[in-house]
Amino acid sequence: MTELADRRPAESGPAPRPVRSLYAGNARAVMFRGWRATRSTNWLVVVSGFFEPIFYLLAMGIGLGTLVGTVTTASGHEVAYPAFIAPALLAVAAMNGAIYDSTWNVFFKMQFAKLYEGMLSTSLGPLDVALGEILLALLRGALYAVGFQLVMQALGLNLSWWALLALPAVLLIAFGFASLGMAITSYMKTFQQMDWINFVMLPMFLFSATFYPLTVYPEWLQSIIQALPLWHGVELVRGLTTGDVGWGLLGHVLYYVVMIAIGLVFTTRRLRALFLD
Amino acid sequence: MSEPVIVANELVKRYGEFAAVDRISFEVAPGESFGLLGPNGAGKSTTMRMVGAVSTRTGGELSVLGLDPDRFGPEIRSQLGVVPQADNLDAELRVRENLLVYGRYFGLPRKLVAERADELLAFAQLEEKAKAKVDSLSGGMKRRLTIARALINDPRILLLDEPTTGLDPQARHILWDRLFRLKEQGTTLLLTTHYMDEAEQLCDRLVVVDKGTIMAEGTPAELIRRYSTREVLEVRFGSDRNSEVAARLSGLGDRLEVLPDRILVYSENGEAELVRLTDAGLHPITSLVRRSSLEDVFLRLTGRSLIE
Repeated sequence: MTELADRRPAESGPAPRPVRSLYAGNARAVMFRGWRATRSTNWLVVVSGFFEPIFYLLAMGIGLGTLVGTVTTASGHEVAYPAFIAPALLAVAAMNGAIYDSTWNVFFKMQFAKLYEGMLSTSLGPLDVALGEILLALLRGALYAVGFQLVMQALGLNLSWWALLALPAVLLIAFGFASLGMAITSYMKTFQQMDWINFVMLPMFLFSATFYPLTVYPEWLQSIIQALPLWHGVELVRGLTTGDVGWGLLGHVLYYVVMIAIGLVFTTRRLRALFLD
Repeated sequence: MSEPVIVANELVKRYGEFAAVDRISFEVAPGESFGLLGPNGAGKSTTMRMVGAVSTRTGGELSVLGLDPDRFGPEIRSQLGVVPQADNLDAELRVRENLLVYGRYFGLPRKLVAERADELLAFAQLEEKAKAKVDSLSGGMKRRLTIARALINDPRILLLDEPTTGLDPQARHILWDRLFRLKEQGTTLLLTTHYMDEAEQLCDRLVVVDKGTIMAEGTPAELIRRYSTREVLEVRFGSDRNSEVAARLSGLGDRLEVLPDRILVYSENGEAELVRLTDAGLHPITSLVRRSSLEDVFLRLTGRSLIE
């Protein structure tokens, strides 16, 4: 009875802070679920995604690289071809890991497994679900990226001590892609719409100054690519692993911070609209 | 009487022009087992979602455990157990893991959740299935696991939306037995159903809902007493002849109900009515005398049967 009496003033008082209905501070429970699910069913799938950028590095960097020689970066540095594309592939590894989990996996959980519906009938809020799922996707991206950077180190492709900062940089990149990926996926209703994501991802991977400098394009095309997220990731990581560091890199960091925020806001709003109308 | 745990007053939920729930009022006392009985589309699930603080209301007042669900969603949800109409168990997790993970969603400590998970597996008679995949369970087992999952946070109210729909008779009886135990332990139950026998077995009190509004309220026995007779004589004369014969039956029993496939004669004494009927030279293909049920109450109130 005292319990009820304690609560009553709250009901007649002002509405609680809006954040409380969105966030219970328990995103780790969502991550715990993801970890248990991955462990018991699909860890093999997780491992397989790790090799893709490594194959690109071997085929393009080492193979094709013998024909290319060196590349001049945006700031005028001469860099061996494998050392030029490796950081780009590192950013791609982070992106891929984050995107796998935050798009197709989220789509399935949302449309078929009714997972979020179950989660949101507990004390979890939509921001807990969004953050938990995004952090989980981020971890997958980070896992790929760390593995890839070890390969880079073994091949002598980290040219500077600044390369150590590439690790937090790829975390940021993975966070950005996971956040935006889940936000976009939460608005998707059909498989056809999901295919559009792939349709955007492949050209972005190929043309974001990944395999050659941006200067090969006409100006108008350069600006389009500079508006897309992967280019910022590639430039940020390339600057760090080649030791070509300037204040300009902070611009790329800012781009990702904004991307993370936008993704979280839209994912949370969408989950609320879908499951807590 | 102690404070009600759920109070709905003129509750409304609209989707555009359509009112799924149209000014429903009811109260549920602690420890009570309360039912929403009605056909599909009556607004039962929508009401459940509002009580479960996962759907905001369009109008009226609603209080769950003394709080407004539109403003205190997480606080209310932390004290509810929810068994949704369609199973949404986590198929990527094993049976016991489903309980462990769900308990963590409530922010409960790992050790406590592990203890409760084992108790609840025993309660749901699923101990041997602890490590099984969810997909390998039968429909009845899945439902029992869903109920066990809903109990992991030791809820003050358990919401059950069509708990036995789609289950075979044996599985239903096992489930009713489990729910009856919960009731005996004093758990407050709010359940929806379109099965009469389920409502009669489990509900202390219920409301009959149709098209978003409440048609009647009471205990199952009260409702039957108020809206029906003690017995019912069901006679069939064949699909073509039922309506033709019905004209000749007027005056029989307290009331007649002519359905496409049969005629229902409401009376205190069904056998006596059957005798009168055969004395009048009518010979039905089949005849059956039974006690009145909530099905008859529903038919009386809405002119339609519950399951069509």
